[in-house]
Amino acid sequence: MNKITQQTNAESVFRRAARIRGIQTGLSHIVLMALSIVFLIPFMWMVVISFTKGEMVQAKDRPLYPAVWVTAKVGEQELPVATVSGKDGTKRVAIVEEKPTGARLQELSAMGAAIGAPFVVDPKRFGATGDLKLARATRFHFEVKNYLEFYQRLPFWAFLGNTLKITGLCIIGQLLSASMVAFGFARLRFPGKNALFVMVLATMMLPGQVTMIPSFILFAKLRWIDTLRPLIVPSFFGGGAFFIFLLRQFFLSIPGELEDAARIDGCSTFGIYRNVILPLSKPALATVAVFSFMAHWNDFMGPLIYTQSMENKTLALGLYSFKTLYGTEYHLMMAASLIVLLPVLAVFFSAQKYFVQGIIMSGIKG
Amino acid sequence: MAKSRAARREALEGFLFISPWMFGFLFFAAGPVIASLVLSFYKWNIISPPQFVAFKNYIKLAQDPMIAISLKRTLYYAMLSIPLGMIGSLTVAILLNQKLRAMRFYRTAFYVPSVTSGVATLLLWSWLFHPNLGAINKFLYALRIPFTSTHLVPNPPLWFGDPVWAMPALIIMGLWGVGGGMIIYLAGLQGIPEQLYEAALLDGASNWQKFRHVTLPMLSPTIFFNLIMSIIGSFQVFNAAFIMTGGGPANSTMFYALYLFNNAFVNFRMGYASAMAWVLFLIILLITLVQFKVAPRWVHYEGGR
Repeated sequence: MNKITQQTNAESVFRRAARIRGIQTGLSHIVLMALSIVFLIPFMWMVVISFTKGEMVQAKDRPLYPAVWVTAKVGEQELPVATVSGKDGTKRVAIVEEKPTGARLQELSAMGAAIGAPFVVDPKRFGATGDLKLARATRFHFEVKNYLEFYQRLPFWAFLGNTLKITGLCIIGQLLSASMVAFGFARLRFPGKNALFVMVLATMMLPGQVTMIPSFILFAKLRWIDTLRPLIVPSFFGGGAFFIFLLRQFFLSIPGELEDAARIDGCSTFGIYRNVILPLSKPALATVAVFSFMAHWNDFMGPLIYTQSMENKTLALGLYSFKTLYGTEYHLMMAASLIVLLPVLAVFFSAQKYFVQGIIMSGIKG
Repeated sequence: MAKSRAARREALEGFLFISPWMFGFLFFAAGPVIASLVLSFYKWNIISPPQFVAFKNYIKLAQDPMIAISLKRTLYYAMLSIPLGMIGSLTVAILLNQKLRAMRFYRTAFYVPSVTSGVATLLLWSWLFHPNLGAINKFLYALRIPFTSTHLVPNPPLWFGDPVWAMPALIIMGLWGVGGGMIIYLAGLQGIPEQLYEAALLDGASNWQKFRHVTLPMLSPTIFFNLIMSIIGSFQVFNAAFIMTGGGPANSTMFYALYLFNNAFVNFRMGYASAMAWVLFLIILLITLVQFKVAPRWVHYEGGR
């Protein structure tokens, strides 16, 4: 093979490889796009149903977008509007009467005015075997009222207040206590440190059920049941093994020289914690705050066990009560759910990188 | 060995800093675990004083048909959702691991569902799975063989109204959350050095072989950790069962955690529920130990054998 053929062969191999890669990328895009749409469809449904008028939710042949039936005023009556389509085209009609023996329809003009006299159509002509199709007309309608109505059914403001209180205090508690404990494990030496840290990790694998009942009894003896205290106080005592682990990993990565420099300047240990480590750990602390928010905003089992009266419930529990009491009113349920979801989405979108970072730090045993 | 004053001081400070955790560990972890064990030897319904019954609770547990049912249902869920979930997240992570322009959009699309999990999304899914009004059945019913009017699925399943389909519905719902695992695997994939793939390519490896001999071994620590946490998690499934099915039609979704909860907070059989909790604890411990024993056979850590 002479040099020119060799060159062209190499080129064509590269070009073929590039084309295959291009096809692969194209295919990946298609698959990913299809999957993403499937994954996001539930949310779209949530939005659609939350804006749909109550009686439309149960209606047959309802369109995919929020809509209401169209009606027209014919003479003195408000009649439902439909379209009748057949071989001769499509006519807009108002349904004057619908009986098993016949449907009396009134043809309408585009403006809604009656044309001619009402006529009767044999019901057998409709349906799967007939030559005519009758479809009730709908138009776009966003029932914003759903959003104004759902919170009147249950004390949602109380739920919101409780959830904010619990979430806010728990975030503070976990930030403070997890960072302190992590600092101790990362930067200080004391006997039994490694054994104790193994115990911290072990608690991550402890199933909640084992501690659930005695904790309930403890809080019952303290008379803290039906208050928010059992949901807040534990966060101040350790903050959870996961956050301790996360922060410890992060603290370990801060160079020791900074600490030495601070000590030379006469800084106390607590001063180092406060003035050196904490300011440098803002990303990790942000991650802890974000995860803590998510966990406490969505917490269901905790409030379920420790609260009883309606005013002490949280949003999560409130939604469940809504389902028990008004479970068939899906439009209100979806509106309520969307509202409860909104802060979570807001936090997620504004702090996305802290999320990803946090998951990575936990999943990759690094 | 004489400790210098400074070392002793540091030790004291160390204990001071971890004292919140030690307190919490005592009162909310170790304490309850032991208390739970002690409680399991008693019969107590909160109102009357506790009665010591020694091992009777455990004997009752062994004879309780509901225990076997709930364990079976929990296992059924675990055996389907864990592999499907892991394969799902891994697949999506691999698909996403290419330098595509819209990667951030896709990543968000897949991840948002797992972020939003909570009561709100459970209510959403109970709507989606509604036998008559829900989007899923409406979609299934609308599928027709092309150019005919024959329905592909003339009788879509009743989902939560059907003992056979309730658990599959929960599993399908669980798959919506693959985004969580996907993020972890994606990060793991991005940590695999390119040279390994290049070396495999030089040795003439196909895509599948590259996956089997480079990707999987390098990801095995992540997979291992994920597997353990998934198993522990599947034994604690509670919210979905409690909110959506309450144990399901004919106990088909009576998860172990739900049965435990019912015993403790609905029937107030604290001793029996504590026994159930300890059995759960031992089961998880056993599974975890087995996992750790089997691990060296398939988990590769980078720093040598």
